Amino acid sequence: MTASALLDVKDVNKYYGDAHVLRDIDLQIQRGEFVALVGQSGGGKSTLLRLIAGLEDTTTGELRQDGHAISGLNPDSRVMFQNDRLLPWLTVKENLAFADKSKSADADADQLLQRVELTEFANAYPAALSGGQRQRVALARALMAKPELLLLDEPLGALDALTRRKMQDLILQLWTERKMTVVLVTHDVNEAVRMASRIFVVAEHEIVQTYENPTECPRSDEDIAPLAQKVLDTIVNN
Amino acid sequence: MQALSEQAQPIKPLPDSKPLSLHALSRKILPWTIPILIIVFWQLGSSLNLIDSSVLPGPIAVLQTMVSDLASGKLERNMAISMYRAVTGFIIGGSIGFILALASGLSKTLRLLLDSSVQMLRNIPHLALIPLLIIWLGVGEGSKIALVAVGVLFPIYINTFHGLTTVDPELIEMGRSYQLSKWQQFTKILLPGALPSILVGVRYALGVMWTTLIVSETIASSSGIGYMSTNAQNFMDMSTIIMCIVIYALLGKLSDVVAKSLENSLLTWQQAGRSQQ
Repeated sequence: MTASALLDVKDVNKYYGDAHVLRDIDLQIQRGEFVALVGQSGGGKSTLLRLIAGLEDTTTGELRQDGHAISGLNPDSRVMFQNDRLLPWLTVKENLAFADKSKSADADADQLLQRVELTEFANAYPAALSGGQRQRVALARALMAKPELLLLDEPLGALDALTRRKMQDLILQLWTERKMTVVLVTHDVNEAVRMASRIFVVAEHEIVQTYENPTECPRSDEDIAPLAQKVLDTIVNN
Repeated sequence: MQALSEQAQPIKPLPDSKPLSLHALSRKILPWTIPILIIVFWQLGSSLNLIDSSVLPGPIAVLQTMVSDLASGKLERNMAISMYRAVTGFIIGGSIGFILALASGLSKTLRLLLDSSVQMLRNIPHLALIPLLIIWLGVGEGSKIALVAVGVLFPIYINTFHGLTTVDPELIEMGRSYQLSKWQQFTKILLPGALPSILVGVRYALGVMWTTLIVSETIASSSGIGYMSTNAQNFMDMSTIIMCIVIYALLGKLSDVVAKSLENSLLTWQQAGRSQQ
């Protein structure tokens, strides 16, 4: 493990019964890095993310964050799921602060709502929001605990193209501002290449290729096109 | 960077508010139309001697009986004892049903231990227990309260258990991933998630509560609205019998209003969702 590596995944295998859903996964993620796990559905990307979050246990192998083995729930990470999973009986602001017992929870929630441009909806219930707004609330909620590691499990999959692009920009802005480490799971190659500085291609339950992104953020569609094509070819050929 | 300009669509006001207020007025009046019409035709039939008053006295005669019983304190006294039996039985039975449902809904071991037994018992019509309860507890307050308690226990149990076990598992997982303690999981996710179902149980149980009370007061009692009705039957006092039936209907309606207000105050978030549809 290198000096600045935040996350170290070593020889990880995962079985569901006889199904081998993750095979000999080895990867290291540096502190402050934005990485993407990209591949077809059912390849094992989300399972790997769930193992990092501590929502499931590995069958064999080891995961370490900051040198400490991840056993049970990973307290220094927060997950943003594909569906927002907001609590419908709490207002937007209550959804942000519901798991935060600190004195600054109220002020932090206000600040984050301002950051995701939802201040005017602070007292609205989730049912009154659009899909994009709900995902912005979910993102703000994930950031409330100021996690060292933000895990994004296909969070933009259900959004329309324009809202999706706006959310990508917002996530990248927050990543830059908060200097956190982000792992994005997506099946959208362009999204992975547009957002991540390193892309792991997951196919048939293993990491088949890793790509360094040669361009810096913000990346235009022209910037990402060559690498996106390479990643796509890798997925198709596996 | 594009601005996050996406907004929820505001609800546009109707161009003219007059049709809306008429609509609102008709919504308030419509539910009362049939009861009012029945009372009007009933009184007309009675006044024109189309209905034999010894078989069915008219609404005014029933009202006069009610006024005279209220003046003598008889009605007030019997209503108070009926309310006491109903409320005490509801609190006891509801609490037991709720606690059993919590135990079964939150612990797999206790579910295995309790649920099949409760499901078996709930299939016994609770009114079939009347002879047994009278033998065990006598004809005093105990047997009536116990019967009401048994009657409301099962609807509360079934609906609370159903509510707790059908909370969206993704929300529970989210709570877990956000490091909520068991108590926080219960208070912030499980209980609010189960609340709509619990309130359905409360509403249903309130109906069962009155039905059970009527039966128990009619069979073995020396006080209460049911007793007034049975006693009036001995004297062919039709006005009192009808008055008792009307009082039960009014108490039933009152329970429904209470249940609805509970739903309105505790489930405001559901209305927020409906207003967007």
